[in-house]
Amino acid sequence: MAQMTMIQAITDALRIELERDPNVLVFGEDVGVNGGVFRATAGLQEQFGEHRVFDTPLAESGIGGLAVGLAVQGFRPVAEIQFFGFVFEAFDAIASQAARLRYRSGGRYHAPIVFRSPFGGGVKTPELHADSLEGLFLQTPGVKVVIPSNPYDAKGLLISAIRDNDPVIFLEHMKLYRSFREEVPEGEYTVPIGKAKVVREGRHATVVTYGAMVHTSLRAAEKLAESRGAEVEVIDLRTVNPIDIETVVESVKKTNRAVVVQEAQRQAGVAAEVAAQINERAILHLEAPVLRVTAPDTVYPFAAIEDEWLPDVERVVRALEEVLDF
Amino acid sequence: MGVLVQERTPYEPVRILEEDGTVVNPDLMPDLTDEQLRELMRRMVFTRVWDQRAIALNRQGRLGFYAPVAGQEASMLGSHFALTKDDFLLPSYRDIPQLVFHGFPLYQAFLYSRGHIHGGQIPPDVHALMPQIIIAAQCTQLAGVALGIKLRGEKRVAIAYFGDGATSQGDFYEGMNFAGVYKVPAIFFAQNNRYAISVPVTKQTAARTLVQKSVAAGIPGVQVDGMDVLAVYRVTKEAADRARAGEGPVMIESLTYRYGPHTMAGDDPTRYRTNEELGEWERQDPLIRFRAFLQARGLWSEQEEEAVIEETKQTIADALKKADEYMPKQTVADLIDVMFEELPPHLAEQKAAFLSREGR
Ligand SMILES: Cc1ncc(C[n+]2csc(CCOP(=O)(O)OP(=O)(O)O)c2C)c(N)n1
Repeated sequence: MAQMTMIQAITDALRIELERDPNVLVFGEDVGVNGGVFRATAGLQEQFGEHRVFDTPLAESGIGGLAVGLAVQGFRPVAEIQFFGFVFEAFDAIASQAARLRYRSGGRYHAPIVFRSPFGGGVKTPELHADSLEGLFLQTPGVKVVIPSNPYDAKGLLISAIRDNDPVIFLEHMKLYRSFREEVPEGEYTVPIGKAKVVREGRHATVVTYGAMVHTSLRAAEKLAESRGAEVEVIDLRTVNPIDIETVVESVKKTNRAVVVQEAQRQAGVAAEVAAQINERAILHLEAPVLRVTAPDTVYPFAAIEDEWLPDVERVVRALEEVLDF
Repeated sequence: MGVLVQERTPYEPVRILEEDGTVVNPDLMPDLTDEQLRELMRRMVFTRVWDQRAIALNRQGRLGFYAPVAGQEASMLGSHFALTKDDFLLPSYRDIPQLVFHGFPLYQAFLYSRGHIHGGQIPPDVHALMPQIIIAAQCTQLAGVALGIKLRGEKRVAIAYFGDGATSQGDFYEGMNFAGVYKVPAIFFAQNNRYAISVPVTKQTAARTLVQKSVAAGIPGVQVDGMDVLAVYRVTKEAADRARAGEGPVMIESLTYRYGPHTMAGDDPTRYRTNEELGEWERQDPLIRFRAFLQARGLWSEQEEEAVIEETKQTIADALKKADEYMPKQTVADLIDVMFEELPPHLAEQKAAFLSREGR
């Protein structure tokens, strides 16, 4: 066991998979000599050579198309989109090409591609770097979307993603990259895609969340335990497409109250989907409406007000109080 | 003194045959046997007949989506003839003839036209992707396919077909640029048929030629008379040989014309082009030209052409019958099954709902 940050855990996963399977290729802007702008691929080109780990020209659509073409040739591309705010440049390659390859070919081809990308707010980036755009990929049939909240999950989920035979969008919250270390086993292990995790058990209300908001929600749960002895269960979705609704519903049947917390803007998206599904599957178990804590439906702001814009502990606490007191 | 330069490199289309079939450029004459020359003619006749049949069948409601190809036979089949079965094709929706001569069964082409999933199931021994609908998306994928070939150390070539409109897309440039950087065995084959639906190429770009766009990607380019099947074969063969030898990608601009509508979905070419213009291009027809060339050498006769026409009609009838009889019919449950390798729970639920509706 070693203490690792999330970024180290990600590098470790890439190294393990590059070593294990010669068809795994890692590429993107600045991923070669430079090791990526966050150093996620640090040392990999040196270790595996330029044929396995390489820079691309600066063109996201080209990167996406390259990945699709390589997938057709039997490779397992791990393509980096330098910041997820730039994914629109690659949207056709992901949504119209990679996501549809299996269907369009009636199963002859598939796209075992991982699109890795840093995202998420609170780190004072220039505009268009921090947006939470995962909701767009809930309406993109044919892709999976994975968002780890800690180093252990990041490594196990990334290995699963690389081994998955369908396209996976793997989103790495920038704030979590180096915010803490934890014990991460050496060598390979997997965390299954599509399985949520109860990260704190409780009886009185359920928070459903993912990514950096897992930590915000855990702090809110602690506060409520202190302030009023409420036992709040916190579920880390880990995969937001497909959503592990079974784990969510099981919890809601126990607690009868739910709040969904996401960093992304409010309309549609993960929180809306979770609320709708709780409604469909567990409405008779509910003692209060399912609430959402989200950013407002504006564009992602410039850095000066992002801390006020992003959901915080206090907003989660207030929503929980509302469902508890309903 | 001005320092700006408009354009340095003049491109002239490569041509071997005059419109009357005489050879104007014997130095470039490709090394093809008599039998290969006749096969080229057979393929063009087959494609012309098929095009006429497909248009008729579409009007009768027996075929669905179809993009006519008459006028482009030399461009399509001359270039494809320069490739081998191991080479990899990335066609657009119009490039069904190349796909079929690459081994894709005709009845599946008909199922593709009808929107049946089996129309996308390229057989395992046919190295090709399904027809691309997103204009120029095949260009970035070409870079990936060709890089894959290079990484595996194979002596194969990949080719993408696209139109003049596609050269305005970023993906066209991105694909060529990636291919140039990685020096991969790729051929970017632009069929400049003068129109992207209704928009003429003069409104597509201020560039005098499309091929000059290869200069920006740092790769060689060539313009070819796309109504001259021998010239198209010749330039593609050179590009393929070069790519196979590890010397990197090439762009080809083939000057051609589509006689028919853009697709059979209500396009009316008289809205955007004149009959005189159409007539001018029909006078350069690739079949007329090549027929004259072959006849002058005693390699082609009317009877032979008749025989090919009859044979083609029979082949089409057989393929149509096979398409009509193709089972199983497609269901929504089948569609759900082919989204992922393993069915995720939400889709399993949705599939169950459709299965009960579909009475299974
Ligand atoms: C990205 C994209 N934009 C627009 C269209 C609609 N569309 C289909 S074909 C076409 C014209 C394409 O012209 P060109 O590339 O010259 O090829 P051609 O049809 O002449 O073979 C257009 C605009 C599309 N399919 N994809």
